[in-house]
Amino acid sequence: MSEVRVLVGTRKGAFILRSDERRKDWKIEGPHFPGWEIYHITGTPSDPNRIYVSQSGGWFGQVIQRSDDGGKTWETMNNEFVYDGVPGTHQWYDGTQHPWEFTRVWHLEPSPTNPDSVYAGVEDAALFHSNDGGKSWRELSGLRDVKANLWQPGAGGMCLHTIVLSPDDPKRIFVAISAAGAFRTDDGGVTWRPVNQGLKSDGELPDATAEVGHCVHSIAMHPSRPNTLFMQKHWDIMRTDNAGDSWHEVSGNLPTDFGFPIAVHAHEPETIYVVPITSDSHHFPPDGKLRVYRSRSGGDVWEPLTNGLPQSNCYVNILRNAMAVDKLDQCGIYFGTTGGQVYVSADSGDHWQPIVHDLPPVLSVEVQIL
Amino acid sequence: MMIRVTLPVHLRTLAQVTGPVELDVQEPVTQRAILDALEAAYPMLRGTIRDIATKERRPFVRFFACGEDLSHEPADAPVPQEVITGTQPYRIIGAMAGG
Repeated sequence: MSEVRVLVGTRKGAFILRSDERRKDWKIEGPHFPGWEIYHITGTPSDPNRIYVSQSGGWFGQVIQRSDDGGKTWETMNNEFVYDGVPGTHQWYDGTQHPWEFTRVWHLEPSPTNPDSVYAGVEDAALFHSNDGGKSWRELSGLRDVKANLWQPGAGGMCLHTIVLSPDDPKRIFVAISAAGAFRTDDGGVTWRPVNQGLKSDGELPDATAEVGHCVHSIAMHPSRPNTLFMQKHWDIMRTDNAGDSWHEVSGNLPTDFGFPIAVHAHEPETIYVVPITSDSHHFPPDGKLRVYRSRSGGDVWEPLTNGLPQSNCYVNILRNAMAVDKLDQCGIYFGTTGGQVYVSADSGDHWQPIVHDLPPVLSVEVQIL
Repeated sequence: MMIRVTLPVHLRTLAQVTGPVELDVQEPVTQRAILDALEAAYPMLRGTIRDIATKERRPFVRFFACGEDLSHEPADAPVPQEVITGTQPYRIIGAMAGG
């Protein structure tokens, strides 16, 4: 019987949740790295026992940890994220230009085929790559040639938070940056271009259709359709079928199209999930009801999924990296909340149960099938 | 000179030590020399006390010794004699940063 391992990053440490493929009874392990912010903890597809962790904090900065035995032991890796050349400047809140300053790693994305190859998305926004399992890092600085002087931090910081590696083309990578937009490379990260055509940010940008500046919250892809991506923008759910060359809105009948994570079902490339949040200032679900919304048509038509989720007095948020799907035959959906709950549905979202109630605020959720 | 350095709990965990660490530091014994020796002996601490590139103290880290705050003293100034002789530790502190 398969083992299910859920990797949870929180404001005060990492937790590993273990179950079998029934996903009913869980063992909670942790906290690992107690007291530290774990923006991301993720496994490596080609070597599941290799786990990478971004460990950071206001006192002592950024640490990268790696386990090669499924989280039993950890090794501190290189944390030298040095911007390539002269770091340059970006827009600041007061309209001046501000130097690029490294703060933390938001997201780690291992290669699907090589456990030593891993990408890191950082704040201030940039993409780094390691070819040696985290022993050294090199910036793919061509990304910041794309009008980076016009990027500016949003409320959560100017972070590169999403990295999507194309399953059929190792040279194609998509990234998303808060208050900057989505970007794509087709040459392994040497050159990049913005892929934001079709995005509209009426309330946020003076030019609603600007080439850069859109606040993309997350993007997701089904590996069988590498040209189709779904996006949770600040407001709006968007879809592209040509690898980002153009996007169109698929928010449809959602009660609100603000939110943070978006996910695609493991076996149904037209089935997608979002968690609507009231607004950019009301970071909680509408009406105090925690509802995941599912579309089986790739957007536009959405149904609320509520069975097992609190339907009154619920005022948590679900952050952008805090939703994941597993690849079991009955696809499992997982998400964590800022209230410290981690929920699982073992039947594609029809029924939910909490795995754990009282963790620190959840920053990231990933799942592995062993 | 054998210098005793105490670390805050998070850095002790990271360095996998349970108490003060002893470092052989060449004279002149300055804060920079102590921190260089510390990072050489415990490379996992690089970047957690000082910025990797600039070697500037991180904002919420403080350096104490002999009841004094040395955080704003020049990095190349000698540390107190009691630290050099090993009778007092050089203390690295996670600053108060709460509310």
